[in-house]
Amino acid sequence: MAEIDFNIDDNVDITDVVCPTTFVKAKVALEELDDGQILAVKMNDGEPVQNVPRSIKEEGHQILKLINNEDGTYTLIVKKVGD
Amino acid sequence: MAVDYATLKKGGFMRQKQKNNFSLRLRVVGGNVTAVQLAKIAEVAEKYGDGHVHLTSRQSVEIPFIKLDDIDEVKAALAEGGVEPGVCGPRVRTVTACQGEAICPSGCIDTYALAKELDERYFARELPHKFKFGITGCQNNCLKAEENDLGIKGGIKVKWRESDCINCGVCEKACRVGAIEIKDGKISVDEAKCNFCGRCVKACPTDAWDTVHGYIVSFGGLFGNSISKGEAVIPFIEDKEKLLKICDTAIEFFGENANPGERFKFTLDRVGRDKFEKKILEVYNG
Repeated sequence: MAEIDFNIDDNVDITDVVCPTTFVKAKVALEELDDGQILAVKMNDGEPVQNVPRSIKEEGHQILKLINNEDGTYTLIVKKVGD
Repeated sequence: MAVDYATLKKGGFMRQKQKNNFSLRLRVVGGNVTAVQLAKIAEVAEKYGDGHVHLTSRQSVEIPFIKLDDIDEVKAALAEGGVEPGVCGPRVRTVTACQGEAICPSGCIDTYALAKELDERYFARELPHKFKFGITGCQNNCLKAEENDLGIKGGIKVKWRESDCINCGVCEKACRVGAIEIKDGKISVDEAKCNFCGRCVKACPTDAWDTVHGYIVSFGGLFGNSISKGEAVIPFIEDKEKLLKICDTAIEFFGENANPGERFKFTLDRVGRDKFEKKILEVYNG
């Protein structure tokens, strides 16, 4: 399954920041979206991929898929829940 | 009148360098103090102390510079705010706890409820030497469970529930010990590697895990003049009643076998850890 299988509304790259800004950047990007829209979040392997998905879940959004980009980064596909 | 320091100490009155001044240790459980208690503590510190309190290394509150002559008055005043003296000396000490699952997103067990239960069960029980309980909610170990005579750490035992899994792949990366493997859409957990941290469960978008919340118990830790890490006997205890029986057994073993002034670790070393482990396993399997 690849990114192509999802109807992505917006992308955010959080590979250029470190914790806790990783989550904050993703959260801000989600805030820009409407309920039900889909965001692709590109993050680094290691600490971001360990923790950011969980933080996004705890915010109440729905995680659909984590895609290994095979280049040391991952893309998390998230559906925004709530406004 | 001769001052009975042992009795005073038992009641939480710690002798200060300054003659006839005591630092009054208060009974705090799991690091929680209500606003009503805080207000009363502040009032007593102003009126009977020198206007400050000390937060101890083990989550208690002490009011320094309490005068010997004021002890009864101070106790009565504190009681109005639901505050009572704590303990010191050779007995069960303050039961410490992190915030646990009631507050903390990482928590796997209700540490405060358990701290209260242990405090009610053992508060100030007389023993050959001090005996410390510490309860931490998860593997992050904010409360440093293994530095206590008996440390309790919350954990989650997991079993994948295929019917709810969307195969997003988050759990495999959330696991820090490499215990999760995804192969052809099937998830397996290596039980030898799993440390019960629960990160897979907490990260899972569909909660596709059957879980049992339980306890990892360590014995014989200390972090004073000597430093030693408590060690577990049983990898994971699922049942709270069993946990309490195991705590009972550990305290009884210490009470029966320790020399005066000997910490649990040294009793275990002297009497034999195998002998203790046998007792614990009997209770666990019984």
